[in-house]
Amino acid sequence: MILDSHVPDGPLSEKWEKHKFDLKLVNPANKRKYTVIVVGTGLAGGAAAASLSELGYDVLNFCIQDSPRRAHSIAAQGGINAAKNYPNDGDSAHRLFYDTIKGGDYRSREANVHRLAEVSNNIIDQCVAQGVPFAREYGGNLANRSFGGAQVSRTFYARGQTGQQLLLGAYGALMKQVDAGKVKMMPRREMLELVLVDGKAKGIVVRNLVTGEIERYSGHAVVIATGGYGNVFYLSTNAANSNVTASYRAYKRGAFFANPCYTQIHPTCIPVKGDLQSKLTLMSESLRNDGRVWVPKKSGDARSPNDIPDDERDYYLERRYPAFGNLVPRDVASRAAKKACDEGLGVGETKLAVYLDFRDAIKREGEAAIRAKYGNLFDMYEHITDENPYKVPMRIFPAVHYTMGGLWVDYNLMSTIPGLFVLGEANFSDHGANRLGASALMQGLADGYFVLPATIGGYLSSVSHKDRPETTVAEFDAAEKAASDRIEKLLGVNGTRTAVSFHRALGKIMWEHCGMARNMEGLARAISEIAALREEFWKDLKVVGGADEFSQGLERAGRVADFMEFAELMCRDALEREESCGGHFRDEHQTEDNEAKRDDEEFAHVAAWEYKEGADPVRHKEELNFENVKLTQRSYK
Amino acid sequence: MNLTLRVWRQKDASSEGQFETYEAQDISPDQSFLEMLDAVNEDLIVAGKAPIAFDHDCREGICGTCSLVIDGRAHGPDSGKTTCSLHMRRFSDGDNIVIEPFRAKAFPVVRDLVTDRSSFDRIIQSGGYISVKTGSAVEANAMPVPKENSDLAMDAAACIGCGACVAACPNASAMLFIGAKVSQMALLPQGQPEREQRVLKMVDTHDAEGFGNCTNEYECMKACPKEIDVANIARLNREYLKATITTRD
Repeated sequence: MILDSHVPDGPLSEKWEKHKFDLKLVNPANKRKYTVIVVGTGLAGGAAAASLSELGYDVLNFCIQDSPRRAHSIAAQGGINAAKNYPNDGDSAHRLFYDTIKGGDYRSREANVHRLAEVSNNIIDQCVAQGVPFAREYGGNLANRSFGGAQVSRTFYARGQTGQQLLLGAYGALMKQVDAGKVKMMPRREMLELVLVDGKAKGIVVRNLVTGEIERYSGHAVVIATGGYGNVFYLSTNAANSNVTASYRAYKRGAFFANPCYTQIHPTCIPVKGDLQSKLTLMSESLRNDGRVWVPKKSGDARSPNDIPDDERDYYLERRYPAFGNLVPRDVASRAAKKACDEGLGVGETKLAVYLDFRDAIKREGEAAIRAKYGNLFDMYEHITDENPYKVPMRIFPAVHYTMGGLWVDYNLMSTIPGLFVLGEANFSDHGANRLGASALMQGLADGYFVLPATIGGYLSSVSHKDRPETTVAEFDAAEKAASDRIEKLLGVNGTRTAVSFHRALGKIMWEHCGMARNMEGLARAISEIAALREEFWKDLKVVGGADEFSQGLERAGRVADFMEFAELMCRDALEREESCGGHFRDEHQTEDNEAKRDDEEFAHVAAWEYKEGADPVRHKEELNFENVKLTQRSYK
Repeated sequence: MNLTLRVWRQKDASSEGQFETYEAQDISPDQSFLEMLDAVNEDLIVAGKAPIAFDHDCREGICGTCSLVIDGRAHGPDSGKTTCSLHMRRFSDGDNIVIEPFRAKAFPVVRDLVTDRSSFDRIIQSGGYISVKTGSAVEANAMPVPKENSDLAMDAAACIGCGACVAACPNASAMLFIGAKVSQMALLPQGQPEREQRVLKMVDTHDAEGFGNCTNEYECMKACPKEIDVANIARLNREYLKATITTRD
């Protein structure tokens, strides 16, 4: 199968306009006859559901949470990028495009990324009109800041709660449409199967998480916007219920999964403490603007950090990257912390942490100034760790934060299954091998507000409005049976171990072998360990309760079962990608001074995996053509 | 440390509930409160008993999913924190801890400590937004907003919709929840065209859902994990009064 990205012809900056004109339209009077199923209510799903229904489509919207307002987009802190150039510092759509392509280590599609940069300004307009309280200057205009090492100030923010405010904006738009009767909202529903009729996505089977009933819904198209799969590592900054199930179910029905090995490890998280920890907490990377990262020069140095004199400290980021210092990109900072700990220089109880020290900044600017900038973050740190970061250096360690891989989509955001569209973190399209700070919110809203509402018409105009199956057809029967059988199987094992204990074990394997650095031997071992763990899972899992009741244990078991299979796909992808790029670092592919070494000859392509029942998955390639940017090696020295 | 928990167990909305006693053993002061419950649940499952159902998701205090009344206080003893941000170092070895759901007529129990807070969604549906279709927005800086108003709007918008205000209020009133949304919109120029209708409809829905009225107990502000100020209820009352006088219907 040849993967056709359907990127339109013409100059880069004119492709989207031209494409919107070329797309066939659905007659306004007919739109209400089309039903679109949207799974997920985060920035991408919520924005899409609201926008599609405003256009006139009939929308069914699902989420696993008790309310659409609680989707995990809500946890994003830092901000959202846009090429407004309000500060007059030389920003433009082209610069945002260029930075995103380069930041993604040249592993994303030019045309998609340029479109993202083009619509970024519309997003800000839309959100402001909805009443999103972005930070403002005294004159009343919107404020911007520089974020994640960007050379221009293009980030809009609402204190440390930008994701929350943007999501509540989209949620408001969605609630308006629910009130108007144009969106039917179904919370506490989990998608368990995608239903294909004549090879096209025509419906879903969900479990009602309150009653346990299996429900069937049909439509003319299905949209998956269910987020990323970072929880395959068990410990991550993702919300506890974030999972890969909807995407993985679609993959098993024929949607290709692209670049699953691309995961982002965020450098500034609070380190793990103890075996029973359930999640990791991120602290904004803005801390690296003033904090200095260091470890003791001597391994096993047990002195309190404040007693270690300067000449016995290794400010390793400043030493290795004199130009960027503590502000190197996320992937570089994370790997450097791992390297220090691997060399036995880690600090704290577990020795899996490095110091982030504000001593010099406090000396230079005074404690009040530092408190004004980072007060809430310092408080959060103290609350969690019981240590005062004004007095002792923070301890930080990298943690899984975001997944760039996802279901493969073309320029229209349609997967390899006709009628199945994928948005936001759930697709693979815009961030390449590494995502820049403040770009996730931008992409989710771009997909939901502006891209899908345009492109879905191109598909629906080719589908008769009569072409919506009854939910009694054989395909729905089969899908429901598959979902019910899996539930019965989970409940029928009746062993001795909980789903959580298996999840934790899986996470350890993945973090060890498919985390910040990977190599052939480790990945091969991970694949065999995952297989063994999976076998154990199906022999010894214990779930208490029945299928027809509210059961969080059953929910978790189903998600862990899918993670168990998906983890293997990630390792395979990491094994096949014999280069280092962005968040994917292979020990075998590094320069003499331990920097990532890309292989543009062999690997300037997207790897898209096709599921094969009872056999190994097949790896397909979409070659990436760079017509507008020159591929260079990233250097921060 | 070892603790004794008294936990509300209820099979579903139509069943009677009761307290059950559980021992939480070898709990580390570094564990979060929910991680302590996770540990109790792991033991229950291994013993073949139904685990305690409780809502949670982000576990960093922003999604508003977690709830719980702990020793009589919504979100537990720490002010300005959600249950998921509460740590066990706040407790001592041998403590008895009573854990209940958020109780209110408008929040029926789903199971154990899980409640149905969809009444909040219906309040927002009735007007808690600015009606602007995707694509029809004007240039973002075309409408300057005084920084002071913008900051006050942000203070109000920080509401996470958890429902602690309702659980803490002797009248189970959601006036702080509505007040926060009405204030945010009333303070911004974008929200003006729907200003009167918004407050009237939201208050009507609030009452119809079975929430009580405000009698200035201020318990809501004390329980609010985002420390939303009761000044927002005062603004709500002014907005409501104004709307009842000036609106055409």
